[in-house]
Parts: sequence; C-alpha cells; structure tokens
Amino acid sequence: MTNDSGQARNDESPEAREAAAPALPRPISMLAELTHRCPLGCPYCSNPLVLDGRNNELDTETWTRVFGEAAVLGVLHVHLSGGEPGARRDLVQITAAAHASGLYTNLITSAVGINAARLDELADAGLDHVQISIQDSEPASADHIANYRGAFARKKDLAAAVVRLKIPLTVNVVVHRANVERMVAMVDLAIALGASRVEIAHVQYYGWALRNRAALMPTAEQTAFAVKTVDELRQRHHGKIVIDAVTPDYYARFPKPCVGGWGQRSLNVTPTGKVLPCHAAETIPDLEFWSVRDHSLADIWTISPSFNAFRGTDWMKEPCRSCARREVDFGGCRCQALAITGDARDADPVCHLSPLHDQVVALAAARNDAPYAYRVFERSR
Amino acid sequence: MSDAAPVIPLDARPRLPRGVRLVHNEAHGGWVLLAPERLFKADAIAAEILKRCTGDATVGSVVDDLASTYSAPRERILADVSALLQGLADKKLLELVVE
Repeated sequence: MTNDSGQARNDESPEAREAAAPALPRPISMLAELTHRCPLGCPYCSNPLVLDGRNNELDTETWTRVFGEAAVLGVLHVHLSGGEPGARRDLVQITAAAHASGLYTNLITSAVGINAARLDELADAGLDHVQISIQDSEPASADHIANYRGAFARKKDLAAAVVRLKIPLTVNVVVHRANVERMVAMVDLAIALGASRVEIAHVQYYGWALRNRAALMPTAEQTAFAVKTVDELRQRHHGKIVIDAVTPDYYARFPKPCVGGWGQRSLNVTPTGKVLPCHAAETIPDLEFWSVRDHSLADIWTISPSFNAFRGTDWMKEPCRSCARREVDFGGCRCQALAITGDARDADPVCHLSPLHDQVVALAAARNDAPYAYRVFERSR
Repeated sequence: MSDAAPVIPLDARPRLPRGVRLVHNEAHGGWVLLAPERLFKADAIAAEILKRCTGDATVGSVVDDLASTYSAPRERILADVSALLQGLADKKLLELVVE
C-alpha cells in the first residue's frame, strides 16, 4: 500500500489523461474553512491578516453542495476547520452533509466552543476524527499563547469526551521558541489525553505567524534539539502513539513540497467560498481565485487560472527548472518565495540552492522578544 | 516484512477501529483505506484482507479463507496478512481483539 500522508505521488488515473495533455491529478483532501471567527488569538494563526466576517460566510446549503461536488471530484478527506468551526451554529448539519457525501470528516478545533453535548451530536452526524490544538504543556503558558484564560482546561475536557466516544483523537502542537523545549512533556500530555496521534508542527511563517516571526522563531540550538527529540520520541513511543512532525522550514536545506504540489492533491475553501490551492495563496498578487458561489468545484480545480498558475513544472525558473528534485518538492512554497524574494516564481529561498538563501538564514537569526501581536479581527471585508 | 517482526496471534480478531474505513473510490480507481490525516491505496490483496477485518473472524480463519479462495500457499498468505496487520496496528489503524 502507498502511504499518501507525506510525499507527492504520481498515480494519475487513465481516464483523466487526454491524448496531448498531461494527466490532471485528482484532489484527495479539502480544507473547509467554515469561519474565521475564533475565540483564541494564537499569534501563529495561518488565517489571513484581514479576516472574513460572519455576514459573508457560506450558508449550510452551499457547503452541502460543495461537499457533494468534492466527493465526485475525488476528495476523500474533508477537514472542517476555521477559525474555530464550533463558532458555526450549523456545524452538526455541516458535518452530517459532509458525511452523507461519503467524505471522511475531520474536525479541527481549538476545543473552545464545543462541549460534550455538542460532540455527541457531531458523533451521531458521522464525525470520523477530531484534532485538538494544544498550545503548551504548561497551562499558564498555554493560555498566554492562546490569549484566552481557561482554554487549556477546556481542551483537556473535550479530549476526554472524544476518547469516551472512541473517536480517534489527534493532538496538534504548534512549536516555537516559547514552548519547543517542552516537546517531551507535550507528547506525554497527548498520550495522557488518549490521543492516537500527535502532530508536532513547527510554525510556518504565513499570515499572523509572519507578522510575529521574530517573536516565534526558535534558535538553531532549539531546532537541533527538536529534530533529535522527535526521533527519540518516535522510538520510545512506537506502537503507542503516532508522531508526525512538520519540519522547521527556515533551518532546512530543501524546501517542503507545499500542499504536495500546487493543484496536485488538495484545495482550500475560504469562509466566503473562494477556492485556493493553499491557505496563503491570496497573498500572491494578480492570481484570479474563483468562488464556489459562481463555479463548480470541478471547473475550479480543472480550468481556473489560479489552480493552473503553478501546476506542474512549466512555470519554473532556474535553479528549479533543471533541478533533479523539481517533481519532488515542486520548487517549495510559492507564497514563501513571494514573501521573501518578491517573486512567486522564484525557488523557495529555504532551499540551499536558491541564490537568496542567505536571506532566510538572516531572518532565522532576527529574533526579538516583542509581545505577540495576537490574532484579532481588524476589519471585515 | 522482516524476520524480527512480532507474530500476530492467530486467535486474535482484527477489526478496523472507529475512524478507519475501507472505501471503494471510483475517482481513484480502487480501494482506499481512510484514516486520520492519512490514506492508503489498498492493492487487491490488501483490500481482500481488510474486508475480512470485521472483528468477527480470527487471523487464522482469515488466512484459511484467503488460502482456499485464491488457492495460494497458506504460509505465504500468513506472511502477507501478518505484515499488513502488524504495520497497521503499529500505526493505531487496526485493533487486534484477543479474548
């Protein structure tokens, strides 16, 4: 069997292949950002700086149609996310609709806004999996990072309710300078909560995290500790809990194959219905994003300008164009290339082959202890 | 599969836990095992094994069933079944119920 969780793959189905055109891959996962509303203020939130307001959010009927279109298109996993998806009053109906379409439903929650009674309803609606974020193993620090007093305790409560219902639980821990040294304790906490899987995700610098980069950036020593510790923890807890780790970008030699390649595996629907190849894609100027209000998901995936902008390898410049890894990491992340080099077609400067790699090294060293700029609604669109 | 792999008890009853589902998907042209944040394309052999992981049959009877259905050597089937089930159990994607 082929594990599809990490690496890019090349298994285009014959029916998608046309005589002269390269095969178009089928998406396997969809991130459904049901809302940008969230009680927490995490300074590394991947949502955009300008958040969508409640008035413009897609309604239940539209999400229901989108789930049906997604399933036909090939999507297998739907990640019900946000913001905090619990802020949607129709979350149970939305979950039921996704389940009825045959999608595997994953709820990605802060736990604040979903109590045990609502979880029962979600379980009855066909919820397959729950992911709860934990900000730290130290309650006071966790609440400080989330900018929400009492959040830590509510996460423990919801985790217990999830386990009672025998729904598989993933604990997601975002690590950065303030908490990375407690990685062992955080994995112990995930085990104590009954999680079968823990994600240790180093901050990726987009959205609010980019704004707070200097305050979040780990040191080189911390990063080396984290990489070594993940390996040790995997050995120690083999068969007890699955540990997935997202590598610390700025200290890497090669870039990550962002979202498994642009328009290759996944799509992201924003609260207002725009469909993005990745959650930060709107930072790239001049891309035309289509909305599920105007187009079918199949058309958006297949022919919309934004999904084709960086699909495959034709758009590449050097050093990517002639690189042996061009179909391994697809030149890395377009949004990161833009944010650091100013050109979305450049190699992701995380790559040591990028002529601008020095800038990443300099940014990793540019740390300061300024207070976090917490995620807040600045203004609605 | 290695010689050092732990042996799965033949009287254990394998089953997919809540949150792990085997589905047939036309867009992807075959059987897929859906799990938390993961999916695995199941080849024909893996799909036949997983379809039998219902919590009713023991590992031994799954092996017997496959060996007779496909007229294949029991030892080879046992090796395939053990490797697949142990790998999934290590990833928490399979329960082995032992009475």
